[in-house]
Parts: sequence; structure tokens; C-alpha cells
Amino acid sequence: MTGMANGLGLILALPPVAAALLAVLPGYRLSAGVNVLASLLSFFAAISLFFWRPLTDSYFAIDDLNIVFIVLNTLVGFTTSVFSASYIGHELESGKLNLANLRFYHAMFQIMMFGMNLALVANNIGLMWVAIELATLATVVMVGLYRTHEALEAAWKYFILASVGIAFALFGTILVYMAAQPVLGEGLQGMTWTVLITRASAFDPALLNVAFIFLFLGYGTKVGLAPLHAWLPDAHAEGPTPISAVLSGLLLNVALYAILRFKMLMAANADAINPGPLMVTAGLVSLLFAAFMLYRRRDIKRLFAYSSIEHMGIIVFAFGMGGPLANFAGLLQMTMHSLTKSGIFFTVGQIAQVKGTQKISEIRGLTVSNPVLGWSLVAGVIAIAGMPPLGIFMSEFLIISSTFARAPLLALALVLGLLVASGALVWRMQGMAFGAPGGRIAPTRGSYIPIFLHLACVLVAGVFLPAAIVAWFQHVARMLG
Amino acid sequence: MHGFNFDIAHLLAGSLVLVSFMLLYQDRLYALLNVFALHAVVLSLSVAWQAYIQDAPHLYITAIIALGFKAIIIPVALHRMIVRLGIHREVETTTSIGLTMLLGIGLVGLSMAVMLRITPHADLVAREDLAFALSVLLLGLLTMVTRRNAVSQIIGFMSLENGLVLAATGAKGMPLVVEISVAFSVLIAFIVIGVFLFRIRERFDTVDIGAMDQFRGDRQ
Repeated sequence: MTGMANGLGLILALPPVAAALLAVLPGYRLSAGVNVLASLLSFFAAISLFFWRPLTDSYFAIDDLNIVFIVLNTLVGFTTSVFSASYIGHELESGKLNLANLRFYHAMFQIMMFGMNLALVANNIGLMWVAIELATLATVVMVGLYRTHEALEAAWKYFILASVGIAFALFGTILVYMAAQPVLGEGLQGMTWTVLITRASAFDPALLNVAFIFLFLGYGTKVGLAPLHAWLPDAHAEGPTPISAVLSGLLLNVALYAILRFKMLMAANADAINPGPLMVTAGLVSLLFAAFMLYRRRDIKRLFAYSSIEHMGIIVFAFGMGGPLANFAGLLQMTMHSLTKSGIFFTVGQIAQVKGTQKISEIRGLTVSNPVLGWSLVAGVIAIAGMPPLGIFMSEFLIISSTFARAPLLALALVLGLLVASGALVWRMQGMAFGAPGGRIAPTRGSYIPIFLHLACVLVAGVFLPAAIVAWFQHVARMLG
Repeated sequence: MHGFNFDIAHLLAGSLVLVSFMLLYQDRLYALLNVFALHAVVLSLSVAWQAYIQDAPHLYITAIIALGFKAIIIPVALHRMIVRLGIHREVETTTSIGLTMLLGIGLVGLSMAVMLRITPHADLVAREDLAFALSVLLLGLLTMVTRRNAVSQIIGFMSLENGLVLAATGAKGMPLVVEISVAFSVLIAFIVIGVFLFRIRERFDTVDIGAMDQFRGDRQ
């Protein structure tokens, strides 16, 4: 009984119950409220895991690594539900969505949260795969929600690429089981991560190597690493903005989490290849590619989608370098990116609604026409471009300095990518935020609270990162090896 | 020296690769559907044989799912969809059939070279199954790449999934959770795609992905 009556049980039970409820509840205000409440309760349940940690069994495990992801996941899930309440209300008024769409949207939102939470707490690598597939399918239908030509093509592209990716990941999972089977015997043990990691040194290294390649390709597609990123900008641009925020802020992290778990497995086997160079290369390619592509964006949501590819590249690079310092910086960068990018998407969603367009050329002088929104965008871009004193500056600084100490040439490429990307973002932001207002001018009506909350977190983390968090991240960084 | 059990498993898994090749060169949608149904039947036989030789009765469920769902329900549903959409004309392939077949042979060679080399200590049946499964997976991918039509891309994807089921059943004693969930995910995936197709039809009167290329994001 104690097994399920705790935080773990709650974060797994709340979203599906809420989804069932939201699928039938009429009325938009009520369902938006239920969505916010369910997300808030999930967040509290996640926090409670710090104090009452459930026991590990064959299906679920909570350790110091995934607790970070779970708390971040439920926190951003909650703030997104708050943003979504006002955003979706506007879409309803403007006639882009009807009430049936909304019931579907809210139910899918909770199913997606369920999929991500399940993937993060799963101790069974097969269960983790199923959960990531579930979260992917939920986001696919959300991306196609508007049923416009562009939305359908984006959803189709996302679906096909993600399915192929996820198929490779399953093949990799089967290979891991094959590698484990001679050592652990048949059955559930061969898929239980906590058992795998203790016995990984005895696995066949050749089989593990090939398995990791498949897993990296498969889950890497979901992380959005170039050149497997083609689905990402379309899916971000054409779906509802709360989904863009969750995609960038959370779903990419969940796929990254899967890669990290398997990286730890590889590290536990002395004869297996070191996944580091592979991750460093993929990360650097994504960073440089996205940095240059940023200059050609004409759609505001696509701009920030490419910035997500860039940041996932940096994060994968950091974890690829490995070692306590780079891992610490990677974790910090991941957390900061999630908070900043979803905050930016909250701002961008409101901008697109106020202006009635996502075209960058038609958005001008926001700080004059909508001061709070305009300055939020400025603050968000300054944060994401990695300027001091905000959180991303600190994590990027740590990544660069730790890389300089070990591989100066790589650090040069890294710095080049970062500078090019920051230049593009700041350049685009200036056009949108300053100058004489252009295009449609309308008052803002959405809630600023989620935006301010995220930006405040990023600022606080940049100026003064609490010692408890530092200690926790350092501990996790050592775990990652 | 391998015995009868191995020979049959080998025959069935090899047939699956062969049927995958047949999928590659079908240029009519009906024929493609029929070959896919055959693909699913062969898979189901192969899984049933694994259930018998591994003495793992739960695998029969996977075999029945493969037979009932993939060999009967989906082809029938897709058949009706094709009729309703009025697209029973030729499938446009983007590359020539000869080139596609050569690529396919190359992919099979690659998967044999990779899988047989890394699994010298594994169980013989599992080893062969994995190599064949990777071939089926890559051939399914090739089918998807060479087709422009949404229905044939779905079929390519499902043949790819069949390869995964072959791999999962070949790995001895792999927990049932995964097999059922694979089948289940295919079901969900299919519903999703079905909804998409329906909407695509609703909106554009075409299921040709090529006709959707007018949307190129930023390049306006």
C-alpha cells in the first residue's frame, strides 16, 4: 500500500485522472482551472519526493538524477498550464478553436505530462520507451490541433520522423536486453535499469556499442540534434504556443534523460566505446548549424525553435565532455534553458496574439506599444543569448572554461557558435522590441505571472545559486561520471 | 547440426526479409497492401514458431495480434480508405526500382555484417533473428523513403515495426510488457495516422505528400 500512496503514485495517477475528467468536462473556464490544479498538485507531489523517497522496484525508481528532471518537468508543466488558460481563452474567442477542440487539448495536455513523468520515473528501459512514445503521440496530435495546412504538414513530419526515431530506440533497447541476457538470465531483470547498471561491466561490449548507436540516433531525433532536427522548427511554429513551450522546455529534456541513462550504462562497461566523442560531435554540429540558421528565420516561433536546437547542442556537448565540472554545467544549462525558453514562448505566444501574426517583419516597437511584453521579450532574449548576470551566462561560462582546460580547439568552435547565435537573437530582438510600433496594435490581456516567475528564477540562479542546489547538482554530476 | 527448429526459424525470418523486398517494388497500392498482409502473416508464423521453440506461450498472443490486426484489420481498413479516397492508381516511386533494389541488397548486407559480427556468443536463433530483423527494419525505412504517397509511407512504417517485433520475439525471455506495448503502440500510431489521413483528405483532396510541399516554412 505504501508503494503507491506517495509522491510517485500521485505524479503517475493525477495526470490520467485529470485527463479523463477534462475529456468530459464542459466549459472552458472550469477545464482550464482543473488543468492548472492538476498540474499544481503534480508539482507538489514531485517536491514531496525529496522528503519521502519510495523504494525502488522493477518498474519504478527515484534517484538523485531523475528527481531533478521530475521537479523541473512538473514545475514547467504547472506554469505552462497557467499560461495556457489565458492563451486558449483568446484562441476560443478568436474562433481558432471550438469547445470540442479544447476538451481534447486539455485531456491531451495531461496525457503528455503523464507520458513524460512516466518516462522519468521508469526503472524499466522498455517502460521508458513506451512512455516516451506516448508523450510523442500526444504532442503530435496537439501540433495538428489547428488543422490548418501548415499545422497538418508539421504534425505529419513530426510524426514520421519521431516514429522512425523511436523505432531505432526500441531496436537499441532490444539490443541492450540481448547484451544483458547472458549475464542476468531471461526475464524482467534484463530490462531493469538499476540491475543493469550494477552488472554492466560483464555485458558484451560489442553489442552494447551497437545498441548505444541505435539509442543515440533514436532518442537523439527526439532531442532535436542536427541533422535529425527537421521536425522541430515546424512542430514548434505550427502548434499552439503552450505546446511549443512544453516541447522545448520539457520533451527535449526527457529524450536527453534517456540518452544520459544509457551513457551511464556505457560508462559502467570498461570495454565499451566512450559515448563522449559521439555526443561532443553531435552537439557541436547542432550548435553551429542552428547558430547560422538563426539568421534566416522570418517567423518568431521558428527563431526560438532553432535557438532550442542550438541549446540542446550545447547541453549534449557538455554531457559529452563529461567530468564533474562539464556535467554540472550541462545540468545547469539544461535547467536554465528549460525555464528561459518556456518563459520566452509564453511571451511570444502573447505577442503573436496581440499582433495577429508570427512574422518577425510585422512585429515592431513592442516596448512602446506593449511595454511589459516588449521588455519581457528583451529580458528573455538577453537571458537566452547568455548575457550576464542571468543563469545561462553562468552555465555557458562553465562549459567554455572547462572545455578550454581540456580541448582548446573544441572550445574555439563552441565560442564561435555561441557568439554567432547570440548575435542573431539580439539582432532580431532589437527589430521587434524597439523603434516605432508597427502592425496591429492591441492591448495585452494574458497573464504575466508565468513569464515573470521564469525570468525571476533565471535571474536568481545567475546572481546567487542556492548552496543546496549547487551541492545537489555536483552530486548528480559525479553520478553521471 | 543446427537442427530442425533452427531451420524453420531461419526460413521464416528469411522469408520476412524476402517479403520486405517485395514491398519495395510494388507500384500499385492494392498490390502493396496485399504484400503487406503477407508480410504480417509471415511475421505471425515466425512469432508463433518462436513461441513453440522457446516454450513461451505468451508469444502466441503476439502472433495472434500480428495476424488479426496487421494481416487482416489494417489492410482491410486501408483498402476501404483507398477506395474512398479514389487513389487506386499507380504509386509514384521517386527512385527507379533497380536502384531501390540495389540499395536494399546493400542494406541487408550491412545489417548482416554488423549484427553477425557483434553477436558471436549469443544464442544462434536469436542471432539470426536479430540480423534479419535489422534488415527488415532498414528495408521498411527504404520503402518509406522512396514513396511519396501517405498510405504507402504508412505501410513502410508498419513493415519497419514488424522488424522490431521479430527482434523482440527473437530475444529470448524478453518481458511481455514490451511486446504488447509494441502492438499497442502500433494501434495508437495507426489511429493517429488514420485521423491525419482523414483530415488531410478533408482539407486538400490528396494524400500525396508531394502535393504538400508548397509549405516550406520560412522561404516565402
